[in-house]
Amino acid sequence: MSDASLPYQIEDLAPARAARRVSGESRIVQFVLVVVSLAFLCLFLFLPLISVFVEAGARGWHAYREAILEPDALAAIRLTLFIAAIAVPFNVIFGLAAAWAIAKFEFRGKSLLISFIDLPFSVSPVISGLVFVLLFGAQGYFGPWLAANDLKIIFAVPGILLATIFVTFPFVARELIPHMQSLGSADEETALTLGASGWRTFFTVTLPNVKWSLFYGVLLCNARAMGEFGAVAVVSGKIRGVTTTMPLHVEILYNEYMGAAAFAVASLLAGLALVTLVLKTVLEWRFADAIAASRRH
Amino acid sequence: MSVAVTIESVEKRFQNFPALRGVSLDIQPGELVALLGPSGSGKTTLLRVIAGLEQAERGRVLFGETDTRDLSLRERRIGFVFQHYALFKTMSVAENIAFGLKSRPRAERPNPAEIKKRVSDLLELIQLPGLEKRYPSQLSGGQRQRIALARALAIEPRVLLLDEPFGALDAKVRKDLRAWLRQLHQRTGHTTVFVTHDQEEALELADRVAILHDGRLEQVGSPDDVYDHPATPFICQFLGDANHLPVKVVGSQAFFQDRPVLGGLRQNLGGPASLYVRPQHLRIVDDAPLALPGVVEHLRRNGPLRRAEVAVEGLSKRLDVDLASQVAPAIGERIRLRITHGNLFAAA
Ligand SMILES: Nc1ncnc2c1ncn2[C@@H]1O[C@H](COP(=O)(O)OP(=O)(O)O)[C@@H](O)[C@H]1O
Ligand SMILES: [Mg+2]
Repeated sequence: MSDASLPYQIEDLAPARAARRVSGESRIVQFVLVVVSLAFLCLFLFLPLISVFVEAGARGWHAYREAILEPDALAAIRLTLFIAAIAVPFNVIFGLAAAWAIAKFEFRGKSLLISFIDLPFSVSPVISGLVFVLLFGAQGYFGPWLAANDLKIIFAVPGILLATIFVTFPFVARELIPHMQSLGSADEETALTLGASGWRTFFTVTLPNVKWSLFYGVLLCNARAMGEFGAVAVVSGKIRGVTTTMPLHVEILYNEYMGAAAFAVASLLAGLALVTLVLKTVLEWRFADAIAASRRH
Repeated sequence: MSVAVTIESVEKRFQNFPALRGVSLDIQPGELVALLGPSGSGKTTLLRVIAGLEQAERGRVLFGETDTRDLSLRERRIGFVFQHYALFKTMSVAENIAFGLKSRPRAERPNPAEIKKRVSDLLELIQLPGLEKRYPSQLSGGQRQRIALARALAIEPRVLLLDEPFGALDAKVRKDLRAWLRQLHQRTGHTTVFVTHDQEEALELADRVAILHDGRLEQVGSPDDVYDHPATPFICQFLGDANHLPVKVVGSQAFFQDRPVLGGLRQNLGGPASLYVRPQHLRIVDDAPLALPGVVEHLRRNGPLRRAEVAVEGLSKRLDVDLASQVAPAIGERIRLRITHGNLFAAA
């Protein structure tokens, strides 16, 4: 080693992964607890999930393809992707701005802003949808003005977009705020004293520091944006092939007793959930180390 | 331009809390100045005001003749090393050190080959050659500290500001790095201000020590100056150990409970006063006119010295007495102490 002359060595960097015994419960209690939780998971999670895939494939591969490639289904998939493609970047920008403001500055009304960010979590999605109807619907505050200008928000794609952004906006901000707060501003201040511009500081220092929590937030935000039902159902008007997202499409099919087709589209959403889950788990491993590393400094 | 940094009656408040109350200090080019003070005395705040990371409400900071308020952070060219180094975790050592150079406007930016050369020169300078590809999490605390310093040196700073540079390291590493920083300073000659709450560190390293207390500069001077001639009771007790004796001054003598303990005073104090005596300035004597009787209650080791704790009637705290070359007394022994040197302050 190049610094062999120096008496200090690299610290023990191995993360503490030693297994811990939480308490002195006997093995039987442990066993019972594990079995109970697994049984619960099977009953309420795995079983329904598996049944979705089983039902989806019940009529065979051909019927499955048919159900997904049917024009209304394709339109629903396209709309869902479109909504997510706009709502997610929007939330990334909002989340970064809000987290930055909260973590790096002191200002009046900060705790109020934090509570407001949580609002969509505590409000029923149906209410969130109704708020937009109240604002932009035909009888709403801006309704007459919108009608006069030939703009359509409710029962159209913009309404779906607004409702989706509203219900998803806590996801990115909520992941970033605690992480940025724990990091403090020393890295940014260092970069600035070293002569970096604000932009360079943001893109080379801040963003890489929080990239894992940002990605994690994006993942959750995306899953919710694609899966949102309540708020979207209120503002969509369910015009087939025009304002139906995948969850709405599933519901329509199901109500029309087209169970197999409904489950085929539902299986796509379930697949998305599984992919999200896997990525989330992988990230949690990475993320745990990244957080531990940031604490070590 | 004989002064590198001029700090003129700087005041800084947080909400209503005065963190700095009228601090003035001149720093000469190439000087190594220690800002010393207990935790919360405003050291970091003063350093951040010099760096421009914090705005003073009153007063100003000049670099040479230039008011720093006219300079952007980049133009100030400050090498600031944070208490916990603030190395960029997502960048390698080389990228960390090169960050300042790569942040320059395109016209002034060195080309990649020059940057690479500069990085390896700096690693050589801080005695960590070949560590370019490592990441901060793969370094020891002492190594991180030196990388942070190299990163600050890379921009050829006008002033180097170090906030508790060794604060997070263990005692052995601290000592090694102290000597290393002293050498580095001799070699590079950067005007340097470093913050510490460790008086030993300040006295050993600095050309001059500036002592902060509750947001005020209490004394500025060479290490010998501040140690031998402390300007305030606070400094007496903060720098090294000092025993405190409430005394009464009459004429040229100080009396502790009607017993003369120190004579030949030239200060014209008169009346109640506080006498501070360092443990090494108390000597056990057989009998002498100006002596303080006491009982040895405890003996302990203090580094290379042995120290006796002596109870004196009328004092709630035992006196610490260094037993440099003296024969150690026994516990319970009655002894007499003579004060060879003390610092006297009029009682507040
Ligand atoms: N950003 C801040 N907001 C409020 N109070 C602060 C802030 N920074 C420092 N202070 C207060 O100012 C005083 C001096 O702090 P500081 O300069 O960090 O002291 P030191 O570095 O000597 O320990 C402390 O009492 C501290 O609580
Ligand atoms: Mg400090």
